[in-house]
Order: sequence, then structure tokens, then C-alpha cells
Amino acid sequence: MRRTPLDLVRAEPGPAYTVTFDGREIPVLPGQTAAAALWSAGITSWRTTRRTGEPRGVFCGIGVCFDCLVTINGRPNQRACLVPAEPGDVITTQEGTGHDGRN
Amino acid sequence: MGGTEQHTLVVIGAGPAGIAAALAAADAGVRVTIVDSAPQAGGQFYRRPAAGLGARRPQALHHAWGTWESLNARLQAHIAADRIRHLTDHHVWFVERLETAFTVHALVGPEQTDPDTVTADAVVLATGGYEKVLPFPGWTLPGVVTAGGAQAMLKGGLVLPGRTVVVAGTGPLLMPVAAGLAAAGATIAAYIESADPKSLVRHASTLARNPAKLAEGAQYGAALARHGVPVRMRHTVVRAHGTARLEAVTVAALDAEGRIRPGTGRRIACDTLAVGHGMLPHTDLAETLGCALDGVRVAVDAEQRTDVPGIWAAGEATGIGGAVLSLAEGEIAGHSVAAQLQGTDPDPRGWSAAAKTRSRLRAFFAAIDTVYAPPAHWPESVTDETVLCRCEEVTAGEIREAVEGLGAGDLRTVKLLTRAGMGWCQGRICAPGVAGVAGCPADTARRPFARPVPLGVLAGPADTEPNRHH
Amino acid sequence: MSNRLTCDVVVVGAGMVGAACALYAARSGLRVIVVDRGPVAGGTTGAGEGNLLVSDKEPGPELSLALYSGRLWQDVAAEPGLGEAIEFEPKGGLMVVSDPDGLHALETFAAGQRAEGVEAVPVAADALHGLEPHLADGLGGGMYYPQDCQVMPTLAAAHLIRRSGADLRTGRAVTGVLRGADGRLTGVRTDGGDIHAPAVVNATGTWGGEFAALAGVHLPVLPRRGFVLVTEPLPAGTVRHKVYDADYVANVASDSAALQSSAVVESTAAGPVLIGATRERVGFDRTFSLPAARILAAQATALFPVLGRARAIRSYLGFRPYLPDHLPVIGPDARLPGLYHACGHEGAGIGLSLGTGQLIAQSLTGTTPDLDLAPFRPDRFPAEEVPR
Repeated sequence: MRRTPLDLVRAEPGPAYTVTFDGREIPVLPGQTAAAALWSAGITSWRTTRRTGEPRGVFCGIGVCFDCLVTINGRPNQRACLVPAEPGDVITTQEGTGHDGRN
Repeated sequence: MGGTEQHTLVVIGAGPAGIAAALAAADAGVRVTIVDSAPQAGGQFYRRPAAGLGARRPQALHHAWGTWESLNARLQAHIAADRIRHLTDHHVWFVERLETAFTVHALVGPEQTDPDTVTADAVVLATGGYEKVLPFPGWTLPGVVTAGGAQAMLKGGLVLPGRTVVVAGTGPLLMPVAAGLAAAGATIAAYIESADPKSLVRHASTLARNPAKLAEGAQYGAALARHGVPVRMRHTVVRAHGTARLEAVTVAALDAEGRIRPGTGRRIACDTLAVGHGMLPHTDLAETLGCALDGVRVAVDAEQRTDVPGIWAAGEATGIGGAVLSLAEGEIAGHSVAAQLQGTDPDPRGWSAAAKTRSRLRAFFAAIDTVYAPPAHWPESVTDETVLCRCEEVTAGEIREAVEGLGAGDLRTVKLLTRAGMGWCQGRICAPGVAGVAGCPADTARRPFARPVPLGVLAGPADTEPNRHH
Repeated sequence: MSNRLTCDVVVVGAGMVGAACALYAARSGLRVIVVDRGPVAGGTTGAGEGNLLVSDKEPGPELSLALYSGRLWQDVAAEPGLGEAIEFEPKGGLMVVSDPDGLHALETFAAGQRAEGVEAVPVAADALHGLEPHLADGLGGGMYYPQDCQVMPTLAAAHLIRRSGADLRTGRAVTGVLRGADGRLTGVRTDGGDIHAPAVVNATGTWGGEFAALAGVHLPVLPRRGFVLVTEPLPAGTVRHKVYDADYVANVASDSAALQSSAVVESTAAGPVLIGATRERVGFDRTFSLPAARILAAQATALFPVLGRARAIRSYLGFRPYLPDHLPVIGPDARLPGLYHACGHEGAGIGLSLGTGQLIAQSLTGTTPDLDLAPFRPDRFPAEEVPR
């Protein structure tokens, strides 16, 4: 089996919990950011751009670029790379400014 | 100043420079508050997995872990003794200059909605840096991440962006990134560096004075060889392919002038591209305070003082040079602040070792900078359709039209005519790319707000609400 | 390459007013060179909101010029491709008062404006939300001004200069003027060579006094600093009009040097909401002022509570060029034949630019100007007068 980052640092994480992304349940390890949880689930985009509707996800990974903006529990424009994923969080793909429509 | 009243130093940033400054000042008896945006100390370099992940061997993702352990032990001892206060999750958006003091304005928590303020007699700006990425067709596809971003997500969240990674760009950061990703289980399909290692020879004597840095490079090189990573020097990524996400990249060889060699393009399947072209200092707070810059970095004197009384700067903010240089600069700044706040004459003998390290490493990174340069003609590969400003989705064609059709000749006018750099990131990401394509200098923009600040916070009284967590 | 450049008129200043002068002078058949020490729109134009307002002006020469300009803006916006390129929006303005007592004063003000041709429609308190759904509750009512419009000023200046066909020379500083044997102006000296022309237009905005001094004439133009806050992108229609507090009018006309502010809130085509506008007389101090930003934010969120959670992502400042009587200078300078002035429009330069440009073109070609230029005479200020 392929090695994982958790193996590398001999991680013994606390119990996993779940959040939802566009209705789909995904597992989260304690302390992971929303972006880390989404990456673990194989999801790399969670926003579409205002002008052309292109998909976006993590780019800089440290809160500078704002590409990874996402809506969490109805609050738009959260930086997924900074915000910890909390149990039960409802994460939804963000469209447009994040303030329009169903978000 | 002077008297028995204890003065307060606020250090902004808890990376190597900030911690070193805080420790030196606290050792000398100064009250220190560290204000930092992360949940735990360490900055980008010593970013650690979140506590809940229970990492037993975090050092597996780090170089020089022993240095961190001793720094952190000293920091924790000062915190326990109430000599240093560490405010985590505090995102500083403004430093206000009052008559004899400063007010540091922060937003608390990952959502950055609630205000907090700290008053300071002196401030050390240890705000670090961020990665520079030059644009190429396809660079906005999900799966294309900065090299530092991939590393940060790995170090902090123990996650990989994908399974098959191409690491590309230029600069010494790419090596630890590739080595770390490989160690954590990713397949590195290619390591693409645009620099020519032969040019290192020109700086042989400078490099020889830094055996530790050479050994570090050799270690990473060995790690890449061990993982069987194909290394291509004098190559560059020409295009990223994919629709909803990255599927492959095309890389090509560069000629001696830094142009793509026709017919050398080769497609490499991958789900991730980790790319970077060096680092840029965070200078927003310094600029708004009125500190002079030297090019893109904060200008400091031998004691790490800026030209604004009461403001020091250390680490990447004053020029990119890595953790060891940051530690040296931070230490010098801490000593200098302590002397000034306590009304004593600063004694450079107290930091002579740090000063020596600083000169040696500044020379080293100056040499490194000339070697690891992006291909000279990179803008030629940027097609008109390529989005340069990721926030406002401004294409290279629109930038070229502003220059050729409307007479823009500088970054500010290009911005006003096209909106490039007006979005959420305020041009931090796109400025080098836009400037390169426009053919004008990448001047630093004034950013009065170092971070977005809710109007309700701006409007409200400057009082503080309890920290409301997510 | 020869440095000898000759044309019919040199317009000094590539801001919005210079662009308008170039456009109408060129359309009158004159060969125009526009010269600027910086880039296009590098001064006050690039720091403005792009207000084309009639609503904030009391009856008088400035309102006449605003109405005249407004008609020209409609014409320009109707030219193929131009309206969209300069983000022209005939969105209308809404002036609100906090309590019903203020409505009476506003109605008196509007009655005077109507006599001059301003459309002003009273809005009862309970009708405000029909016009602006996100306005705060409990406001006293307002006045709707359908003639108020908006453009993106930098785009407008750049596109109008291009449309004019004028020869644009940026990055070239004017260092002096050229004079003939009879004392007339015959061009300008620049750091890139001389430009010869029988007419020179001073469209240097806030630096109009400096340029006048180069030509040896007195013109007391001074800067009045303003900050603008810019929010994150918000949905179209968050703010539908230019919305401002009736106090704005008092502040515009004020002679106080102290910080004054009354929020002008508006959405932009690109998404962000702009919040202006402070007024301070502090010279050319470019230091960001947190108190100024705080008061703008407080006033904007009082008008639109929904903005409280919107984030300010940037702020910029500019310097409005003002003259002691708050009117611009437009037309030939009787003291120096060949010299024309088109500057000192304070915070209204974008709106007033086209009218100014047309009047300058008429002066240049010897046509009777459409408006009486007497109130805008450049020599109306005694040399010793200190601006109030």
C-alpha cells in the first residue's frame, strides 16, 4: 500500500467526524482545515468564478490568494485553507460573489 | 522612555524571525506580545500538524527540527512565566501610529470577523513572505497549486493535493517541497527547474562559505534520487492541461537566452502541479506605516530598524533568505528593541554571532537569487486568453490592450484600466505576472488594509468583543 | 528623431478634463497633443468615483455646467462601443434625510434646482425601500435625481483620448512655457523636447496652480483630500443608485479644513461597493487615515446596515483641486494670450469635464461659447488672495 502523510509522521489522530460538501458526507480528522478535509476526499475545487464560472480550489494554501473561498454554514467567502472544519459543518460550493442566490 | 514602567513590544508574526525577536527582547526583560494569524507558533517554516492530528514524528516533515524544539522550549518557558503573551488566530489588518505608541488592530479567529487591539511602544514586523508564481496557460486549473501551498497543506493538514505531482518553477524551495511530497507518498512525475545549475559555479566562493546550506541541498538531492524523481534542469512548464481539473502539463527545454526550444515540448500526465518562482516579502503593514522600502522589501539598518521610529522589521519581510537568516535578524531586532525601550546603548557585541550569520546568509541568498531566475522570456509563452489576475479574471489580452491601445505604462494604470489587482488578494498574486506581460516594473502597491476588514468592525468602536469561535 | 513637435493645441494633463478638451478640440478640426508627466488618469481622475452629478449642486454656474455636461455625457455614451467601454451607468441618485424635518429643507433645495432644469422627484419615507431595498429603516424620506450618472473615470479618460485621435505623450513633464516675441504663448518646454502650438490648455487638475506659475500667472488651486473605501464584490443591485446623505451637499460647499464626511454609497459594474467621500484640507499628505475610514464605514453602514458584514478590501485617496470660490477656471487667460485653463473642478471634475472640454474647444476656435464663461474667468482671483 502507498504511504500516506499520516504514516510519515506516525499520526495518531483523534476520532474522525464528518462534514458535508454539497450534501455529500466527508470524513475529517480533528484539526484539519476545510481545504485539507476536501483534499482528503479527493475534491480539488469548491468555487466557481464570478465572471466566467471557472472552478477554483486551493492555490497558495496560506491565506494570501483567496482562490479557495467557500461557503461554510451559509457564510460565504471563507478561506478554506485557513478555517478548521468543525463537526457537522455544511460546506457548499460558492458561486459568484458568494452573496447571491442560494448561498 | 525609561523609568520603571515596563514597555511593551508587539511582535507581528510567530515564525522564526518573530520568535527570535520576542525571545531576545524577553530575555532582556521587555514585556512582549506576539500577535500571529496561525493557531500555533512556527510560521510557514515550522508549520506543524494541528494538535488533533496527533503527529508523533512531526520532524519527518522538517529540516533542523532540533532548532525548532529549542526555540519552542524557550518560548513556552517565557509564556509560562508571563513574560511573553502569544495571541494566536489574530490577523493584523492595520498598525496605527499614535503620538508615542502604536495600536495593532487585528481580527480574531479563522473567520476574521471580530476585532481585537493591542497597544505597543515598539513593533517588530516579522510578517514573512509568500510565494511568487508567474502565469502560464492553464495555471488557474484546480490541481495547480503553489509549491509552498502544497507544502503548507502537507505540514499542517497531513494531506496531499493528488497522487502524481509535477514540481516546477525555480528556486531552492522546490527541493524540500518535492522531497516532502515524495516522502509522504506522492509520486513526483518530474522536477522541472528553469535555472542552469552550472551558473552556481560563478558563485562558488560564496557558496563555499555556507557549507550547511550546501549540505541541506545535497540531502534533498539525495532524497529525490532515492525516490527516483526525474529532474529536468533548464526546463519550464509551458502549459497546464485539463478541463475541470489538471490532467497533464507540457514541459519544454530552454535555450541559453531563456526561450523555449522549439520541438522540445513533452506532455507529462499528472493530477497536481506544485509551482513557484521564488518568494516575495509581506510589506503591507510597513508601507502603510510609512516605512521606506528597498525594492520589494522593507528597508532596515544594521539593527533591523526601519526608518519609522519604533518600528523594526526582521525575516522575510526585509528580504527572502530562509529560516536561519530570519532567526539571526529577529535576534538582532530583539536586542535593539530592548536597548531602546530600556534607554540603554545597544551593544552590537551582544549579537555579533547573529550579525555574522546575517552577512554570510545575505550574501548566499543574493548569489542564489541570480541563479534561480525565471526564464527571461516567460511572458512570450503567456497567451492572450491566459487569466493573469485570478481574482478579477483579467486576461493577458486585456492587459496588452491596456498597454498598446490605451497607453498604460505602469502597474497602477494597468490596474485602473483592467481591474487586474483590484480583487480579494489586492494584486499580491498577480502583480509580478501582470507587470511582466505589461512590460513595466512590478512596483509594490499601497494596501492600507493588510487584510479585508468588515465595515462593521471599521465602523464600530475600537473595543474588543470576546473571541467567538467557529 | 527630431524633437520638434508642432500642433494647434497642447493639452497639458491626461486626466478626464484633458481628455475632454482633446476630444472636442480634435472634433473642431484642431491637431492636438496631450502631454502628461505621468500616465493617463494618474492624478485625481484615477482616484475618483466617477460621479456625474447634478443633484448636489445648487442653482448657479456650476449647476448650469453640470446640466450642459450631462447632455454631452449622454451623447458620448451613445457613441458605438463607448458607453460600455467607459462603464457609463445612468443609474440616478437618491439623496436621503434621516428625519422627516429634513425633507422640507431638501424640497426647498430641489425646487431651486428644478427651475434650472434638474429633475428631482420627492420620495416619501415609505417609498424608499421600493427604490433601495437595503436602506436602513426609519429614514425620513429623500429626493430622487434620475439625471445622476456614473462612469469609470480612468477608462473614460483613456478611451476619450483614444477616440479623439490626439497624439498622447505620457511620462513627459512640462518644465516651462515657450513665448513669442510679442509675449504670447507659443508652446511648452518638456523634458522630452519642446512642443510648439499657438494654444496651451492647462488641464493639470490639482497641479493647475503650479502649471500656471510656470507660465507666470496666479491661480490659487489647492488640494482637498478624499478617501474612498472599496468593499468585496457584492451582488449587482445591492445598492441601485448613488445614495447619499443630504449632509453631503453641505460638506461639498463647506469651507472648513477639518475632516468632514458624508457617505456616498454606490455599487459598481464590477461588483464592489464604493463608499466616499471624506473632505480634508491637509495638503498633499498621502498617509492613510484610519479615522477617515472609520467615519466612512460608520456612515455607510448606518445607511445600509447590510454592509456591516461586507468587508472593505481596499481604500484609496485623491486630491480634489479647488479654488477659493469652489468654481473651476475655464477659458482663455486674459493675462497671457495663448493660455487657456480647464482645472479646479474640485470633486466634480469627471461630471463637469465634457462641458469644460466643449467650452474650451469653442474658445479655441473663436466660436461663441454655449455658456457664459464669466463666472469661470481665470483672472478672477486677486494675486494676494489667500484661499479661505
